[in-house]
Amino acid sequence: MIFNSIAAGVARVVNGLGSGKRAETTLERLIQGGLVACGLLAIAVTVGIILVLIFETIEFFREVSIVDFFTQTEWTPLFIDKQYGIWPLVSGTILTSVIAISVALPFGLMAAIYLSEFAAPRTRTTVKPALELLAGVPTIVYGFFALTVVTPALQKVVPDLALFNALGPGIVMGIMIIPMISSLSEDAIYSVPVSLREAAYGLGAAKLPTIFRVVVPSAWSGIGAALTLAISRAIGETMIVAVAAGQQARIAIDPRAPIETMTSYIVNVAKGDVPTGTPEYRTIFAVGSMLFVLTLVMNLLSYRLAKRMRERGTR
Amino acid sequence: MSAPSKPPLLATPTDLTAKRSGILVERAFIWICRFAVILPLFLLLVLIGDVVIEGLGRINTDFLTGLPSRRAEQAGIWPALVGSLYLMVLTAVLALPLGVGAAVYLEEYGRRSRLAGIIEVAIANLAGVPSVIYGLLGLGLFVRFFAFGNSLIAGAATLALLVLPIVIMSSREALRTVPDSLREAAFGLGATRWQMIRRVVLPMSLPGILTGAILAISRAIGETAPLIVIGAVVYITFLPDGIDSEFTALPIQIYNWVSRPQEEFLTNAAAGIVVLMLTLLLLNSVAIYLRHRHQKRQ
Repeated sequence: MIFNSIAAGVARVVNGLGSGKRAETTLERLIQGGLVACGLLAIAVTVGIILVLIFETIEFFREVSIVDFFTQTEWTPLFIDKQYGIWPLVSGTILTSVIAISVALPFGLMAAIYLSEFAAPRTRTTVKPALELLAGVPTIVYGFFALTVVTPALQKVVPDLALFNALGPGIVMGIMIIPMISSLSEDAIYSVPVSLREAAYGLGAAKLPTIFRVVVPSAWSGIGAALTLAISRAIGETMIVAVAAGQQARIAIDPRAPIETMTSYIVNVAKGDVPTGTPEYRTIFAVGSMLFVLTLVMNLLSYRLAKRMRERGTR
Repeated sequence: MSAPSKPPLLATPTDLTAKRSGILVERAFIWICRFAVILPLFLLLVLIGDVVIEGLGRINTDFLTGLPSRRAEQAGIWPALVGSLYLMVLTAVLALPLGVGAAVYLEEYGRRSRLAGIIEVAIANLAGVPSVIYGLLGLGLFVRFFAFGNSLIAGAATLALLVLPIVIMSSREALRTVPDSLREAAFGLGATRWQMIRRVVLPMSLPGILTGAILAISRAIGETAPLIVIGAVVYITFLPDGIDSEFTALPIQIYNWVSRPQEEFLTNAAAGIVVLMLTLLLLNSVAIYLRHRHQKRQ
């Protein structure tokens, strides 16, 4: 009902704009309404996610104190002595994300600068899709890679590295995120107007100073959009950490030890046999809400930055 | 990001040594950049090589058509393979009409309208929501509220919502390649908007839409986390017999094998990964072929 009335409203506006006096059949209107409904589905899904999370999280906080959730420093819902402090999971997520970003940012940015400023057009058109392949590999495959190749290799170099740790999965996650940073940053760097470069050259600047002092700074909003999107992706990445980072929720900065992230906690509870309807089980929705809020902030920031970049005009 | 050094913005033309060292620094920088491009691709090759070496020997008809087993050397992936195929078809059936419909609305009807603006923000945000959250949505909405249980249809519906933003964005891209002059020509001949879309715009953008659809589907069949969250069964010894049947899928079977300590199960996981990657490769080849044909025609 609501859909129909919105559809009718939209249809009236559109008809007024475009078609003048053309007769619109009932069929035309029905189809138009259906298409508007498809569009509204995107809003409905967003609302659906928020409603499910809020509903279950409220249920959770009826049984567990919200103050404990945000102030306690231990997370042991599945133990006999139950503690519900979210920070160990947040700390695990931050640790793996920081490792991932410190791999992905330098590599992604260098790749973007190379492809936009130095590479021949043909190299550009072959290397770009090749890098995108990195993002197309299923994350469970990366998890296998982190557990069976990267961690054993790192154990030869890093002393006291546990079989499950934050370092290996963090690095692998970083490799996966590289194309996300390089692709968006490359678009931003490439679209910096040629006139700016020429102005710098005209002042006698060499190529490198032009890149680092003129081109990259003018592309900052696009690079920022890429970075925030990458952070959001790292926070939400699930299978790599679920496979290779362990299951020990603790506040830690030592990347050699096992940790647990918000995402891997959700998977670990969901695959286990925790009875549904208990507060232990509802923790996954409370943790999910926290995860959703964190990624939402990053996504909206990225959307704003990318929009600013597009409005700047192109070369 | 480390600039090799900070050369002065303005080079004085007389200072030739500075200029030469500047060129050296630039050369070095280019090589560092090349390294930054090549290393990740090299690691990807190592990854694929490692998996193929470990898993290829394990793949035979018994493995492909066998049921899971507690003994690694007898375990097969038949139920997972069939489950993934069902999921693929169901997800496509659900996501494609809805996604293409939304894209047609945004490109052909809603251009610059306020509603379209809101929908666009929603899509941009949905594209960044972690897949595990879609799992929670599926659990709350399809498994519990609609009482689908841990069934194929619940899994497919969850995956359909997950790939919806991808379908919408790639379809919009395809619709935008149709020149406006063709739309105006259709209107000029007296076509209504829908006639114009159905006879002119959709046929022309079909290859592009299909390419995006295939990419979306290959994303869906590689997803693990949302299916675990909605409760897809890990150990299953029968084939799904309807959309309300319990199911398992390739990535879940792989995850199950990866999380066991015994070496033999890791070999099984590697073999499962080879099967999964071959499926993806097949899908993507079709997508590349379609895109190529499309580009040639334009």
